[in-house]
Amino acid sequence: MQTFTFEALIPIQMADTSTLKRTCSQVRRDIVRMVAAVQSGHPGGSLGCAEYFVAQYFHNLKHDPKKFNMDGKNEDLFFLSNGHISPVWYSVLARTGYFPVSELATFRKLNTRLQGHPATHDHLPGIRMASGSLGQGLSVALGAALTKKLNGDKQLVYSLHGDGELQEGQIWEAALFAAHRKIDNVIATVDYNGRQIDGDVENVLSLGNLRSKWEAFGWTVTEIENGNDIDQVINGLDHAKTLTGKGKPVIILMRTEMGMGVDYMMGTHKWHGSAPNAEQTEKALAQLEETLGDY
Amino acid sequence: MEKFKIKNQQDTRSGFGEGLLELGRKNPNVVALCADLTGSLKMDAFEKEFPERFFQTGIAEANMIGLAAGMTVGGKIPYTGTFANFSTGRVYDQIRQSVAYSDKNVKICASHAGLTLGEDGATHQILEDIGMMKMLPGMTVINPCDFNQTKAATIAIAEHVGPVYLRFGRPKVPNFTEENQKFEIGKALMLNEGVDVTIFATGHLVWKAIEAGRILLEKGINPEIINIHTIKPLDQETVLASVRKTKCCVTAEEHQAAGGLGESIAQVLARNFPAPMEMVAVNDTFGESGTPDELMVKYGLDTPDIVRAAERAVARK
Repeated sequence: MQTFTFEALIPIQMADTSTLKRTCSQVRRDIVRMVAAVQSGHPGGSLGCAEYFVAQYFHNLKHDPKKFNMDGKNEDLFFLSNGHISPVWYSVLARTGYFPVSELATFRKLNTRLQGHPATHDHLPGIRMASGSLGQGLSVALGAALTKKLNGDKQLVYSLHGDGELQEGQIWEAALFAAHRKIDNVIATVDYNGRQIDGDVENVLSLGNLRSKWEAFGWTVTEIENGNDIDQVINGLDHAKTLTGKGKPVIILMRTEMGMGVDYMMGTHKWHGSAPNAEQTEKALAQLEETLGDY
Repeated sequence: MEKFKIKNQQDTRSGFGEGLLELGRKNPNVVALCADLTGSLKMDAFEKEFPERFFQTGIAEANMIGLAAGMTVGGKIPYTGTFANFSTGRVYDQIRQSVAYSDKNVKICASHAGLTLGEDGATHQILEDIGMMKMLPGMTVINPCDFNQTKAATIAIAEHVGPVYLRFGRPKVPNFTEENQKFEIGKALMLNEGVDVTIFATGHLVWKAIEAGRILLEKGINPEIINIHTIKPLDQETVLASVRKTKCCVTAEEHQAAGGLGESIAQVLARNFPAPMEMVAVNDTFGESGTPDELMVKYGLDTPDIVRAAERAVARK
């Protein structure tokens, strides 16, 4: 049995913007190092969502990393629907104290709790639902939101989705249901980076006017123009919260850049699911300041 | 065998409906979801009495399974209801990832299973559901035999923490087990102690096994008859003890031979005590339109089929 030590923790909800930016840099280093170590995983979307996860876990969510339990009563809940961006989630969960930062070194290795796609059956704190097979997380988040309502629990349920993932039919089943049942304690976010594994979403299967689609499905839609600007993400989440409790589900269309922070991973879909080699890793890490200490 | 008397003819889905209502009264954490088949699943009584705990999802089964999985977070015990086909094949990946792999306390309740759905035909007559569900790690698979047992099973599975697949049917069938019986998941029920051959039956085929048993007795064959209401986890101890005694067996089920109860029992016997075995099951074909009785005859799932299978098994000893 391996033992791990906790390190480099930041007091949650006390960090200022410049600290959060520095945290993002470390999270990006974690992502690159994790996928490089096992030469597999999904760096592109992970890098693009660093600000979202840091804003959520270090600033927005009401949660207690030290007392994680499956039910999460009177806490905000978060569900990752596009489970392949597990590296960014694992890094942020570790850096907020759900489990030791040193455990990031086990990512995707045999006997790890940090499975390639998030899983619950190894009881990794912070994970409440397996994801990876796409399109399932919105239904799950809505179910959890219904239970919160039944329990008289005022906290919110958040979910994150890839834009390519919106090609799955189940998403739209869930979209109909949420509006029909007036589930207004949920804030879904779309990582709107415009890219998926086979290329640009526009070319693979266009989503058309996404804002109009969600509005037509009865959702309140809000946007974050630059999801790689931590201030915009924080403000966007704050604004989204003011839209809850009004009889409609809320969705944020958050524009991000896949591969953000590593120059050669940006502007392409090619790093959706491939790992950098040794030389590329060195080049990437040279662009990302080590701010909290590598695991 | 004479102790088994038909109390009345009732559909097992009504047993589910009554069980769900009774359960709703005693367990406030039980919630129910249905994909536009509330009347067919007999969930309307629950809906009427507990509207705040009932969720109509429309014809959107994938979303229903995901909702149910999410609802367990925070302590609810969701019962989903739709036809067996739409409860399994249509939503296999949702069950696999969000329910089974995530170990969520969801009860997947499936009506209109098998050929006895009748005239709607093969699109709706799923005969592969037990196989699909039993292959999922951690999934409990239950196929009760009549109204009373389905009602008892519906209530009992709320006490089991973990995913459950509960399978029942559409037509009225003999209701012969005890009212308000205690239902123990994973416990095979000895219906008749015999010595010559064991008949393992599940679901609608249990009553037919009893009928077959009466005929076999007249023919001088004394069969042991065991009701396997829980296909997974299988009561291996009872299965092995019986076949060690009778030295041969028959399995009877309204399902494909591939993936069904027979296959589960064959696995246990092959590993522990190989013995002659015959399977009364559908043999790699789809069903078709017809009355339930006609279909059971045409596809070889009727009482005489069990009798003949038992004779074959005995002859192979």
